[in-house]
Amino acid sequence: MTLDWSIIREAIPLLAQGVVATVKISVLAIVFGTVAGFLLGLGSFSGLRPVRWFVRAYVDFVRGTPLLVQVFLVYFALPVVGINLSEFWAGVAALSFNAAGFIAEIVRANIEAIDRGQTEAARSIGMTPRQVLAFILLPQIFRPVLPPLTNELITLVKGSSLLSVISVYELTRAGQAIISVHFVPFEIYALIALYYYVLISALAWLSRALERRLHVA
Amino acid sequence: MADAVPPAALLEVEGLTKRFGDRLAVAGCSLRIDEGEIVVIIGPSGCGKTTFLRCINRLEAPSAGSVTLRGEAIGGRWRDGAWHAYTEGELARQRRRIGFVFQRFNLFNHLSALDNVAIGPHRVLGRPLAEARRIAIGQLERVFLGEHLEKRPAQLSGGQQQRVAIARCLAMTPELMLFDEPTSALDPELVGEVLEVMKGLAQERMTMIVVTHEMGFARQVADRVIFMDAGSFIEEAPPEPFFSAPREERTRRFLSRLLR
Repeated sequence: MTLDWSIIREAIPLLAQGVVATVKISVLAIVFGTVAGFLLGLGSFSGLRPVRWFVRAYVDFVRGTPLLVQVFLVYFALPVVGINLSEFWAGVAALSFNAAGFIAEIVRANIEAIDRGQTEAARSIGMTPRQVLAFILLPQIFRPVLPPLTNELITLVKGSSLLSVISVYELTRAGQAIISVHFVPFEIYALIALYYYVLISALAWLSRALERRLHVA
Repeated sequence: MADAVPPAALLEVEGLTKRFGDRLAVAGCSLRIDEGEIVVIIGPSGCGKTTFLRCINRLEAPSAGSVTLRGEAIGGRWRDGAWHAYTEGELARQRRRIGFVFQRFNLFNHLSALDNVAIGPHRVLGRPLAEARRIAIGQLERVFLGEHLEKRPAQLSGGQQQRVAIARCLAMTPELMLFDEPTSALDPELVGEVLEVMKGLAQERMTMIVVTHEMGFARQVADRVIFMDAGSFIEEAPPEPFFSAPREERTRRFLSRLLR
């Protein structure tokens, strides 16, 4: 088997444009998804039943339906209710919604893992439920939350490849465009895989560095 | 302050009852404590002592009965002849007046000894951090832990952790302290240091209700000893008659088992 090296040389800079889009989408979705996920996770401890019920239903929906379908839903359903997003922002929204559901579960599980005695002690010195969350529970989950959160964010970066179906010009889509012109699927998909691998390795490295810092603190 | 009416009790508990499902944990217990009084509650495990304490500061909502601290109803208020229970947020304001020491210390694992004690004055009472820390240092020195300010709970022995927990309560300047078997989770050689601190508080006339199995402590420190069994207060007396001549058969049986 021979590789078509000239195509690869040509494809590297073209795919790099796709990588930039994938990084942009991922970073935005990571930020939105993490913030929303933490808020939802805390919402599952709300004193208001409708809030808890909403979080429960949201998480169930996100877990119970495929990401691909969620992407289509966001892309085609939002215009129906009058929200018109570009492909790019629809993609960011879909990935953020998805990640938020899983991150909410991670946050909830880690808070529940802190022994109840600390919450009781905090209540007994007069803390309100909100203060207990902010000063006692939240600070204690940042470190344990990091490994499962990293897994979820890696899944998110990989999931961004599905946005090619709504023609977001990200890494996978950029590759498919080259393939449709030159028909060299093996070389290009190998290159795409390499790009994703580097991206995700960087994310994993970042998470480990953060974990070490939190460990010292 | 000159007052025509006799001073009200610091704490008044009336007919306190707690059910868990169909199990009756506390069956209508009443108790009146004056300022500076020290009451020790003893009784077999599972008799409802802990639940009784937890109902006083509303960690547990009682099924019936009332708790009154300096004339103020704990847990809610009467309005137009109906009882309105407080929300958790409103209860928080009342709980800060009552210190609670847990069997298992329950320190905040992510904070140093200093900040475990300072967080109450800082976050709950709204004192500036520097002032809250000064208060905390003072309270930690009071429980002989001035050398361990920066240690995390995991770096402290059980006895030290329990003393931090006591300092954490004291930093809130509570009007009443509740102790729920404060030495039961400790290795025997660490019990003494915690009891010493509690005796110190007793000498300063801190009002306390202590659930314990430490009969020596009860005999030496208590103004009154209560024997509780199956959710009810069976017998109540000053320590001398209580231990030397208990009136009730059940009390005698319990004491003889303990001393054997």
